[in-house]
Amino acid sequence: MKSRLIPTFVICFVIGSLALSQNLASFEKRTTVKKLDNGLTMIVCERPEAPVFSFFTHVDAGSVQDPMGKTGLAHMFEHMAFKGTDTIGTRDAAGEQIALQKVEDAYAAYIGERDKPVKRDEEKLKQLQQAWKDAIAAADKYSAPYNNEFGKIVESEGGEGMNAFTNLDETGYHFSFPVNRLELWAYLESERFIHPVMRQFYKERNVVIEERRMRTDSNPIGRLIEQFTEEAFAAHPYHRPTIGWISDLNSFSATDAQRFFDTYYVPANMVVAVVGDVKASEAMPVMEKYFSRIPARPKPDEFTTSEPAQNSERRVVLHEQAQPLYLEGYHRPDYRSPDDEIYDAIADLMSNGRTSRLYRALVRDKQIASDSAGFSGLPGSKYPHLFAFYAFPIPGHKTQEVADAIHAEIERLKKEDISDDELKMIKTRAKATLIRSLGSNEGLAFALGLNQARYDDWRELFRGVDRIDKVTKADIRRVANQTFVPNNRTVGIIEFAGPPPGAAAPPQGGGQ
Amino acid sequence: MKRALICLFSLMLVTGHGQLWAQATTWQQVPIPKLPAFNPPQPKRIQLPNGMVIFLQEDHELPMIDGVARIRGGERSAASGKTGLLDVYGEVWRTGGTRTRTGDQLDDFLEQRAAKVETSGTVDSTTITWSCLKEDFDDVFNVFDDLLKNPEFRAGKIEIAKKGLYDGISRRNDDPGQIGGREAAKLAYGTDSPYARVAEYATVAAVTREDLVAWHHTYVQPNNMILGVVGDFDAAKMEARLRQAFGAWAKGAPAKDAEIALKSTKPGYYLVEKTDVNQSNIQMVALGTTRKNPDYFAISVFNEAFGGGFSSRLFNDIRTTKGLAYAVGGGIGTGWDHPGMLRMIVMTKSQSTVESIQALDEELADLPKRPINDEEIKRAKDAILNSFIFRFDSPGKVLQEKMAYEFYGYPLDFLENYQKEIEKVTKEDVARVAAKYIHRDQMAVLVVGNVSEFDKPLSSLGAVSKLNIAIPAPPPGVVPEESGQQ
Repeated sequence: MKSRLIPTFVICFVIGSLALSQNLASFEKRTTVKKLDNGLTMIVCERPEAPVFSFFTHVDAGSVQDPMGKTGLAHMFEHMAFKGTDTIGTRDAAGEQIALQKVEDAYAAYIGERDKPVKRDEEKLKQLQQAWKDAIAAADKYSAPYNNEFGKIVESEGGEGMNAFTNLDETGYHFSFPVNRLELWAYLESERFIHPVMRQFYKERNVVIEERRMRTDSNPIGRLIEQFTEEAFAAHPYHRPTIGWISDLNSFSATDAQRFFDTYYVPANMVVAVVGDVKASEAMPVMEKYFSRIPARPKPDEFTTSEPAQNSERRVVLHEQAQPLYLEGYHRPDYRSPDDEIYDAIADLMSNGRTSRLYRALVRDKQIASDSAGFSGLPGSKYPHLFAFYAFPIPGHKTQEVADAIHAEIERLKKEDISDDELKMIKTRAKATLIRSLGSNEGLAFALGLNQARYDDWRELFRGVDRIDKVTKADIRRVANQTFVPNNRTVGIIEFAGPPPGAAAPPQGGGQ
Repeated sequence: MKRALICLFSLMLVTGHGQLWAQATTWQQVPIPKLPAFNPPQPKRIQLPNGMVIFLQEDHELPMIDGVARIRGGERSAASGKTGLLDVYGEVWRTGGTRTRTGDQLDDFLEQRAAKVETSGTVDSTTITWSCLKEDFDDVFNVFDDLLKNPEFRAGKIEIAKKGLYDGISRRNDDPGQIGGREAAKLAYGTDSPYARVAEYATVAAVTREDLVAWHHTYVQPNNMILGVVGDFDAAKMEARLRQAFGAWAKGAPAKDAEIALKSTKPGYYLVEKTDVNQSNIQMVALGTTRKNPDYFAISVFNEAFGGGFSSRLFNDIRTTKGLAYAVGGGIGTGWDHPGMLRMIVMTKSQSTVESIQALDEELADLPKRPINDEEIKRAKDAILNSFIFRFDSPGKVLQEKMAYEFYGYPLDFLENYQKEIEKVTKEDVARVAAKYIHRDQMAVLVVGNVSEFDKPLSSLGAVSKLNIAIPAPPPGVVPEESGQQ
């Protein structure tokens, strides 16, 4: 059976490569980059499929940049970027500015008393808290009738998929518009990074705390991931949760958020990518007109503490009212490493589809897990991070069994070369995955913007596939032997700790 | 045609700049040229003599060809004692292989081409899809064809599928969001309704290979199927290829869809106690309606204004103004061929559980007194109409829409008509549908949360029924006893 397949396979391989180089050539023709004098990079990619466009604004600052004691601030600012500007979302910008300053002064006084280590005056604290709340109520009068004005404009003008994200590495903003709103978009998107206003900050902080309760506190897997990354990184800020620790969320101020913006939302830290039915010759001048107004400021310091080599295995075990889960991670270098694509190849081999080694070993053959995979990028990828493996043991099987099975697959990777078929499959899939990703404005804006930001060249989106094409069997063994060693490992486990209080005891292995 | 339109549009853009090269100081000053007319390519519809309906949509942007066959009949037509049948079927149709090739052989064959052929089962239909580079079309299409006509449902793969489902059952009470979604549907439709019931160890264990074979035999017939193909091909050649593959396939007995009676929601307060969370998942539910209802257009405007995005009342009042929730929203659900769920949802800290229910109550009680106003109507209609183009901005989306209309018996120009109908919606229409469908006293209120942390007992609002979500034990031998699982 297999030998009959190989000749066909080689032919499609050649065609695949050809299609890919045509793709890069086609993108060269329709992709334009321009760096403005203030340092901001703009990309326009022409894709005239329908009269719409998508954009992606990449800001090279994430929660790694959160100041000490203020975790969650990068994400908090992302929420504030939807609160409008001095002309959007207020009835009187000047009056509001004064009122917002009073909120900050009252908050500083309140926090000063609240956080006194000794001799806190409870009566005074109550008064200060009330004064702060009164100041908020006074400031809200300027904005309340214009709640969410920024979002309302985008939605009523036909914006689709308006959202943003923050992770440890970066912050991104995106949506799509009908193409006749290109100039409106350029105005809105530049305005919010020229004149952001920290209005309704403390209510939005409560919204963010609810987000933390939803994603982390009330979800066992969320709880595990937070504890696991905290354990895996002792020195590097990757030990932080992007959402922020609760005490930091209850402490940082609008002044802190403004300072974060002033430091990191500088044009030299931003890439804006537009993809759709636009012509670079027409879109670039419009974008330049608006985005060049963002004042140039110095690019912030890049320094972060380097994670020292790990010298013993670390473990986090949560005993939960939830079913078991096994997770482990090994430190690996950052995305610029010459071995980056070798890790990609390993992830593909171990995890992609029903031919993957972990599926075949744990789900199909041993039948001890419902799902298992290995992947890079936990908790980020801009800095040295983790290559992680996980498995969900099925009822009747223990986390140790799935751990042993994962380790057996890792040992195989270290001791034996992968097969010719496997290596070819990895390379073919990398090309097909890239081709599949080129068919949407949103996906392209994100990919071109991210590659431009990370490598200062969007073409890396295509070159990554060329590098995967050069990966050898020996590379995979070398990287596996270097990386997947016990001393370099952090383990995170959820163990079932019995039914919740009050629930009937299970009659036998299954019911709760 | 399209090119001409683009040129015309470019001219307009340039004119726009000429008029206002000076900087806008408010957003209203930014010129918005007219959006050029856009006539997306329409798929070609073919009906074979055996009843099979085919849509062909050329899209030459990328060297790919994708296809999907959607077949009438889904979980709602399965016996309740075998709930989960379509989950097993949906997986093993593909993993069980064909008469001449095992599922594992298909995996190797397809993955070497970076191609996919996948199957799935849903509440009202099953699907089989493929996706491949165009040069692999013949190879991949043959797999698709073989699976349609000669699936084998090998026993070993049935076991693997069942184990996966048992795992899902064992984990279904771990996440409050999952509990909330499942229990809310049971409250709205009734616990035993085919739209709400869930698979149990026993119902999955009851599924046999014969059930899968019988299902396939009954439903997978050319006259019961719609096939859509999109990608880099020539429609005439593709049509010939598909006629050759399916033309001689004999028509089968038409498959009956289950007749499903719906009971109305039993109102009241319902509680699921979860002690390892600090946030309550609150849902107010009742039955919604369908898109065939002439009220659908007014409902769409209402939903956008009341509980849709950033502009909605719920978002503005409960999230932005009160800071009570990150996740809040809701609306009158509209299904294709059966009522959707009317649902309001808010997730808030345990300590503001009752406060948030009261905040939702206030919003609902406010509707007759403070109906959705002109400004809200305009914003909602603008949002729907200005973003309308995103419903058909790729050939694949157009194909998907047409297939859905064909499947559920809607006019194929439903989307074109939708735009006109939205334009006609008035303030009075919106007030009327709000009054007609939203009845607080007929809604079930579900809270999944940590009772000991609540601001007030839930019983301060009314009588509370505690829901028992304990997972029924598996029949002997289904799950190893030494498991230590809940």
